[in-house]
Amino acid sequence: MTSNRSRTFVLGEKKEMVESTYLALDGANAVSHAMRQINPDVVAAYPITPQTAVVQNFSQFVADGTVDTEFVPVESEHAAMSACIGASAAGARVMTATSANGLALMWEMLYIASGMRLPIVLTVVNRALSSPLNIHCDHSDSMGARDAGWLQLYAETGQEAYDNTIQALRIAEDSDLLLPVMSCQDGFITGHGVERVGILPDQTVQDFVGQYVANYSLLDVENPVTMGAWDFTDYYFEHKRQQSQAMNESMPIVEAVSAEYEKLSGRPQPIIDTFAMDDAEVAVIVLSSAAGTTRSVVRDLRNKGVKAGVVKPRLFRPFPAQRIVDAIKNCKAVAVLDRAISFGSPDGMGPLFLDVTSALYNAGACDVPVIDFIFGLGGRDMTPPMVESVYDQLMQIRDTGDRGDIVRYVGLRG
Amino acid sequence: MSERKEAQAPELDLPWKEVSPGGVVDKPGSSVAYITGTWRSMRPLRDHDQCTQCLICWIMCPDAAIPIEDGKVKGFDYAHCKGCGICVEQCPVNIKEPHCETGEMGKVIQMVPESGDEDNADDE
Amino acid sequence: MTDRIRVNLRDIVNNEERLVPGHRLCGGCGEPTIVRQILHAIDTPVVLSTATGCLEVSTSVFPYTSWNVPWIHSAFENAATTISGAEAAYKALKRRGNLPVDEEITFIAFGGDGASYDIGFQFISGALERGHKFLYVCLNNEAYMNTGIQRSSATPRGAHTTTSPAGEVIPGKVQWRKPFTRIMAAHDIPYVAQAAPHNYRDLMRKVKKAVAVDGPAVLNILAPCPRGWRHASDQTMAITKLAADTCYWPLYEVENGHKFTVNYKPREKQPVAEWFKTQGRFRHLFRPANEWLLEEIQAKVDEEWAQLLHDEECSS
Repeated sequence: MTSNRSRTFVLGEKKEMVESTYLALDGANAVSHAMRQINPDVVAAYPITPQTAVVQNFSQFVADGTVDTEFVPVESEHAAMSACIGASAAGARVMTATSANGLALMWEMLYIASGMRLPIVLTVVNRALSSPLNIHCDHSDSMGARDAGWLQLYAETGQEAYDNTIQALRIAEDSDLLLPVMSCQDGFITGHGVERVGILPDQTVQDFVGQYVANYSLLDVENPVTMGAWDFTDYYFEHKRQQSQAMNESMPIVEAVSAEYEKLSGRPQPIIDTFAMDDAEVAVIVLSSAAGTTRSVVRDLRNKGVKAGVVKPRLFRPFPAQRIVDAIKNCKAVAVLDRAISFGSPDGMGPLFLDVTSALYNAGACDVPVIDFIFGLGGRDMTPPMVESVYDQLMQIRDTGDRGDIVRYVGLRG
Repeated sequence: MSERKEAQAPELDLPWKEVSPGGVVDKPGSSVAYITGTWRSMRPLRDHDQCTQCLICWIMCPDAAIPIEDGKVKGFDYAHCKGCGICVEQCPVNIKEPHCETGEMGKVIQMVPESGDEDNADDE
Repeated sequence: MTDRIRVNLRDIVNNEERLVPGHRLCGGCGEPTIVRQILHAIDTPVVLSTATGCLEVSTSVFPYTSWNVPWIHSAFENAATTISGAEAAYKALKRRGNLPVDEEITFIAFGGDGASYDIGFQFISGALERGHKFLYVCLNNEAYMNTGIQRSSATPRGAHTTTSPAGEVIPGKVQWRKPFTRIMAAHDIPYVAQAAPHNYRDLMRKVKKAVAVDGPAVLNILAPCPRGWRHASDQTMAITKLAADTCYWPLYEVENGHKFTVNYKPREKQPVAEWFKTQGRFRHLFRPANEWLLEEIQAKVDEEWAQLLHDEECSS
C-alpha cells in the first residue's frame, strides 16, 4: 500500500521568515481568517456558541467571493462531520468547526473520520458539555474526544489558534500520517477575546499548506475504490493496530511542521511550552488560556524568590510524555490544572493529570509528587489569586513532603 | 463489454503493517473471487434452444449470475448463483418441447435439486 | 418530454456489471436486483454511498468488495449527507480545475427503510433542502432486517416483526406506516417516485428521469426480504407485483412537489389480503379474531389509493 503513495505536498524552497500584519481579532475570527487564507475545497459546518463566529465569518467570505470554497450549511453537527467525511473521501481539502454539544453530536463520526484516515481539520472552540446547560469554557468537550484517534492541539491565545489551524492542516494531510486534527481554543476567553493577532500574507499561507493530493478519491471513477468496508473479526484488530501506530509515529511530523512554521512566522511553536522551568521546584502543567495567567503569577513568584515554573503542552494528542517528564522530573511538587473531570477515575481526576502521572510512572519518575486541580468548569474564571493558591499548596508539599489530597479544586465555593 | 473483467482476488490475512490504511479496498469487484454457489440447494437449468433471449432472467437476477455473451444469456454462473429461483419464476416462456435437461414441460429455466457433488464451475 | 424514455434490455445487456457477484446478500433478496436495475439505467459514471445495513455489510466484506464503481459507507444515518459531501467536493474541485469540466458523475445514496424513514430522516431532509444534485434511494423492506427484523416506521400496521410481534393481545405492529414518499415530495424537490423491481421498465425509466433532473431526487422502492417477510426466495418479484396490483404499493411519481402521475393502475384492483397471504409476517391477520384489522387495513389502502387518484386528477 505504501508503494503507490505520492507525497502530499509540493514543497517550495526553504522559506525565510515572513512579516505578519497585525490585526485586532478575537480568537474565533483569527481562525476564520486562517480558513480564508487556506481556502479549503469544502467546509461543512453548523453553528453553535461559542464557535458561531467562525462559521458566520467564513459564510461572509464565501458570500463575498473572498474564498471559492464549497460551503455546505448542514442541519446538524453530525451531518457536518458526515459531509466532511464524504468530501474528504472524494479527495477534497476539508475543514469544519464546532463546540461542546456539537462535538458530542459528532462523536460517532469522529471515530469514523480517523478510522478511515481522512485528514479533516476541526476547530474546537472549547465549551462545557451539558447538563446543566452552559455555554462557557471548559475542556469537557474535546477531552471526551481524546481517544477518538484525532490529534489535538490546544491554543493559549487567538494568535496560537490562528497558527495552530494552519499547521493542523499540514500535519493532517502529511502523506505519512493522514489523520484528522482538532485545533482547540478556549470558548469566550480567547474565542471572543479581542487581541493583537499577527496574520501572515495570504500567499505565504497558500504556499505553506500547498496542494493536497489524496491517495484515493471517490471521484476517480477510472480507479474505483471501496471506502468504509466492514471488517469481520479477522481484520478489525489489524486496522486498529495500524491506526494506533500512525498516531504513535506522528510526533516527528508535528515537530517538522512546527519547525517550518516557526521559521516562517518567527513565532515559537514548541510541542510543550516551558516557562522558568530550568531550576523550578514547584511547577504547574496547564493547557490553553489559563497558561497565560499562570505565567504572570510565576513572574511575580520569581520576583519574590520562589522557584516556580509552568509547562503548557500545545499538543495533547499524541501525548508528549517524554517532554513533560523531562520538564518536571526534578521538581519538588507539581500541580496539573485540569479544565475537565474524567468521571469515575480515581477521586475524579482530570484527563491531563491521568496522562501526566502515567507518563511519570512509565518513565520511572515516581518520586515527583503531583496533584491535580480541577478548575474553571463552565467558564469559572481562573484569577491570579487562584493560581497563587495553587503554588502556595505546592510549596507546602515541597516543604513538608506531604502530598495530601491528590485531587483538589480551585475557584470552587466550599 | 460482455466479458467480465478478470477480478483480482484480494490478498488474505495480511499482517497489521500491510493491511490497507483506513480499510480502503482498491481492487474493484474483487468479491467475484468469493464463491456463493455453495449456498445453493436448487440448481437452475436452461434449455438454450427454446430460450427466446428476452433477458428477463438477466435483469431479475439478484446475483448477476447470468453471464452475457454477445448480448445473449449464456447459462449460469454456478460459482455465484445462490439458487433463489427468481429466474425460473420470472421466466415468461412456456416451452413447446420437453426441457432438454429435465425432460419436463414448463418453462425454459427449471430447477432441480443439487445433488451436492456438482462442481461450482462457471456454466455447464 | 422525459416521459418518452423507453427501457430496452438489449441496449444495456452488454454494460459492465457495477454490482458484481460474490456479495453475501441472501438468495432471493430484493435489494441487489433493484441496485442492478438502477445502475444499468444510468449512462454516466456513478459515485455511491450506502447506509449501514444489509446491502452495505454484504457487499463490502473486507478485503472483498462487490462494487466496480466508487463506493463509500460511513454510518447508518448519514448516507445522504456523505454523498452531499462528495457532491460538494465534486463541485469545488471542478470549479478549481482539479477535475475535467466535462466529467459528469451521478451521485447516489442507498439506505434501507431504517436509514431513510427513521434514523436518517433528518439527514435526508437536510440534503434535499440544500439542493445537492443526487439521487436518494430507499430500499424499503419495511423493517430493520440487518439486525434481525425489528419494526421501523415503514413497517405496515399489522405486520409481525421481532419488536412488534403478533401476540395474544397485540396483533403485530399497531401504528400505520409513515407516508415517506409523500413527505419526500413535500420538500418540493424536482422528482420523487415509488417503484418496485418486478416492473423493471417503470423502475429504470424512473431512475433515468430522476438522474436527469437538476437537483435532488428520491426513489422509494419496495424490496422484499424473504427472511423477514417469510416467503419463498423465488417469490420476490411476484410479491412486489401483488403489492402493486392490490394498490398496497402504488407505482407513482411526483414532480416538483405537486404533479402526481400514477404509473400503474391495475385493471382489477385486488384485495390487500391477497398480498398479505403471500407472507408469513401477516399470517396472524387471517385469524378470525383479527378480521377487523384486515378490514381496517383494506379501508386505509382504499382511502390512500383514492387520494392518489385524486391528486393525479388535480395535477393534470
